[in-house]
Amino acid sequence: MSDEVQIDQEVYDRLIGEGKSERIARAKAKAASVRKAKIAEGQSLGPRSADEASKALEEFRANAGGGGVATKTEAPADAGGGGRLTPEQRAARVAASLGNGGDKQPASMGVPTSGEHTHRLLALVPPAGIQQVQSKQMDKVYTWPHLLLVEFVALLAAGSLLLIVSFFLDAPLGSLANPNDVPAINKAPWYFMGLQELLAYFHPMVAGITLPGVFAVMLMAAPYVDKNPSAKPENRKVAVLGFTFFCVFWGVLVIIGSFIRGAGYEWVWPWITGLGFTL
Amino acid sequence: MAKNDLKTTVQDNVIWKSIFRPGSIYRKGYRDTSRDRALASMNNVLYHLHPVKVKRHGLKLTYTYCLGGLSFFMFILLTITGIFLMFFYTPAAGAGTEIAYLNMRELSASVTFGQLVRNLHRWGAHAMVFLVFLHMARVFYHGAYKPPREFNWVVGVILLLLTLFLSFTGYLLPWDQLALWAVQVGTNIAGFSPVFGDQVQFVLLGGVEIGPNTLLRWYVLHVLFVPFITVVFLAVHFWRIRKDGGISGPL
Ligand code: HEM
Repeated sequence: MSDEVQIDQEVYDRLIGEGKSERIARAKAKAASVRKAKIAEGQSLGPRSADEASKALEEFRANAGGGGVATKTEAPADAGGGGRLTPEQRAARVAASLGNGGDKQPASMGVPTSGEHTHRLLALVPPAGIQQVQSKQMDKVYTWPHLLLVEFVALLAAGSLLLIVSFFLDAPLGSLANPNDVPAINKAPWYFMGLQELLAYFHPMVAGITLPGVFAVMLMAAPYVDKNPSAKPENRKVAVLGFTFFCVFWGVLVIIGSFIRGAGYEWVWPWITGLGFTL
Repeated sequence: MAKNDLKTTVQDNVIWKSIFRPGSIYRKGYRDTSRDRALASMNNVLYHLHPVKVKRHGLKLTYTYCLGGLSFFMFILLTITGIFLMFFYTPAAGAGTEIAYLNMRELSASVTFGQLVRNLHRWGAHAMVFLVFLHMARVFYHGAYKPPREFNWVVGVILLLLTLFLSFTGYLLPWDQLALWAVQVGTNIAGFSPVFGDQVQFVLLGGVEIGPNTLLRWYVLHVLFVPFITVVFLAVHFWRIRKDGGISGPL
């Protein structure tokens, strides 16, 4: 798949000697060897110097023709002040690129004056429109190959497990549906057994509508109610306890409903009457 | 032909290059460098889901336990096996036209891999409900719903409800005793919705009791409507994960 990149052993050894981590040393050593290979092929490295760049542009214009009305770029190196343009220089350049060579008012704001030019893109971005991203430098790794590899393995493992189960266990299929033949044991799928168990204690309106509604709203509201900014377990004992209680509560209801309810939804012990439960 | 010649012939032509964008690992000249690793992400359709780099701690199995990803994998698997099942299933019931149930019998008796695919679909559905629930628990215990991720938690709860509804609508389709009576428990409850109970129940059942209309209704809900809504919410969920700055943490 990939052409193997040699690492530059010399650089690697030096960095390891300097106490850099294995990972950093290897990355830098690879980069060094790529750089070497490029030099060997006669390419130049890094950004080109301003002179080179404008010469290339000139050549390109001469050969390819067309292009915008942009003017010859003055190499920033001449401009003094650490390679930056003075405000005057910048103003002059903007005016020039708008198609008037100098200090006249621009006659046509960026609209090409000759018929040769077909389009021009110009965008002004107000400072308020620029998103200020303040992210801390974090310890990050490349998605390819690291994350994708983990995902692939997880997918294979889960897929195989499911395939094995499906190979040995058949999904149930009862007799034809018959509205007149009420079965002795009548249960919802397991994920609704919590609800069905509640039905045994409360009026259906409360057990089936009010309580599940309240739970769903509570669940959705959780992030807005829990204003504690910490994510550390030791700082959020109440939240952890509350959620655990919620899960255990449902778990117990589901287990009772699934395994300890028999004919007529009566309380029975599974070791006496057998499991009245189908997936 | 030497291995490298073959590789060059395959990779160095117009068609290959038109399929694999620059930086693709399948393109000629891919090198295992930082630059090419970054390009491999940027020029891949998966760039819609994954950024170029992810936080190192998020890779640890014990951070996400892959639960969200596996929930999604189950969804994909259920879609694929579900499409297979659709080829062999007609949502028709009623005296003299018990086709749905007959189809289920034929599926296991005479369709190649029919029983196996049905099993995958059934156990996959149970697994998905369970995985989504575990995913929610892992998000909670990591406090991963805290700002700026509050809304994505809400989207998640909606996904949980949609997952349950998907499973439940599918449960009726075999049209056996098990399905009919399990669903009866649920739809009876719907009749107790405040004010509009009877209307809600009528809409869900396509009549006053579970019958052939209900089967057609739940079939359409199960294979088209609910999956469609779920995909919309999944898209928002995944988009928000990235906009909220990727995976939360480290703790
Ligand atoms: C169909 C169901 C769902 C799918 C396919 C899904 C998928 C995902 C995936 C792939 C992630 C990335 C991180 C990870 O794998 O843990 C994620 C993160 C997240 N999910 Fe879900 N999810 C689902 C349901 C839920 C539910 C039920 C909730 C909560 C009620 C939820 C809340 C969140 C939150 C808040 C995050 C961000 C977590 C973080 O940044 O650490 N999701 N989800």
